[in-house]
Amino acid sequence: MNESAIMLRTTLLAGAILLENGAEIQRVEDTMQRIAANAGYPDAQVFVLLTGITVSLPKNATSEVRAIHRRGMDLEKVDQVNTLSRKFATQQLNLTELATALEQVNRAVPTFPFSWLCLASIVVSVPLMIAFTGQTAIADLLTCGLAGLTGFTTFYWINRLGSLRFFSEFSGALLIGLITLIGFYITNGHAYHPDAIIIGAVMPLVPGVAITNAVRDTMTGNLLSGPARAIEAVLSACAIGVGIALTSFFY
Amino acid sequence: MQHWLLTTGIMQFILAYLATAAFGVLLNIPRRAVNLSGWVGAAGWFTYELCYHLLPLSIDGKLAVGNLIAATVIGVASGLAAHYKRMPMIIFNIPSLVPLVPGGQAYRVVRNLVTGNSDLAYQYFVQVVIIAGVIAIGFLIAEFINRVAWHIKRVD
Repeated sequence: MNESAIMLRTTLLAGAILLENGAEIQRVEDTMQRIAANAGYPDAQVFVLLTGITVSLPKNATSEVRAIHRRGMDLEKVDQVNTLSRKFATQQLNLTELATALEQVNRAVPTFPFSWLCLASIVVSVPLMIAFTGQTAIADLLTCGLAGLTGFTTFYWINRLGSLRFFSEFSGALLIGLITLIGFYITNGHAYHPDAIIIGAVMPLVPGVAITNAVRDTMTGNLLSGPARAIEAVLSACAIGVGIALTSFFY
Repeated sequence: MQHWLLTTGIMQFILAYLATAAFGVLLNIPRRAVNLSGWVGAAGWFTYELCYHLLPLSIDGKLAVGNLIAATVIGVASGLAAHYKRMPMIIFNIPSLVPLVPGGQAYRVVRNLVTGNSDLAYQYFVQVVIIAGVIAIGFLIAEFINRVAWHIKRVD
């Protein structure tokens, strides 16, 4: 494989890792452009959409495309690609080493153990319920913790099973609604606030960051990718809203 | 003011710290960034609560101005944190947004539509649009401040 082909492949891989793990379009374009320039191809053209990336070299009349199907959030990968790109810029790595390191990052990075994620989902839900609504009744705290934990773990495991994205949000929300409903019947609604519990427990699932990123991407001039992100966010808000609403008829 | 600070302010600060750090864990941010991103998030939410407490505006006005200032604070603070830790800014500003971001309202829009309260759904929809737009503008302002600060530093 000649050098320009390696360059194209490496640039695409770096861009794909960034895009699949939650970076904004502008950051993806910047990083890819920088890698290409540092590899000795400052005239490389980079075109990034939310669903695919193209890099081409006008001089050699060559280009490569990569489709992006999966989008999640893994900021450790974003950080590592950023570090590698900096090392490449200061010539601590050459192009082949960069390519190997990127493939390593794409395959595996350190993650938090599952028990930490469970704990984190409780610590997101309960403090946010208190911060938003000011409810601190014992029944509220316990139910919110349990619902937040169950909702997130369901979401997490269904996501791991494969590409059932909106179904994972829906079933997480449905379980949150069911647990809140069961709590309502156990306590007979005495010192118990279902609305507060639900708003806390859905916080690990809701697409708030996605909505904000959609606006930010649109504002940087990515008029296709920004609205596309917004559609994704609206669909997951629908999945969560319907999941909760199905149980809220029984109060 | 002092009473508010002692009863609500400190409490909200700690709650936002916990929630932000934990959300960072869910997004798998690098371990050495968890603590710092928690502080950035706490600073942002505390700013918002302070604005909400002090400003004499309608609820939508409070939401708009409060989120604008809070997003600017988060943007500047995460710029500093990113420079200090030599990490991309996104690692600090994404988790820090979790208390501010209109995710809760977005789900309430759909829920109220399904249960037939379209007036309430419309109210929440307006809030989603206001908050999302204002946070994006706040980040733009923060970006501008960061660049000016860099420029001044380089001239010295």
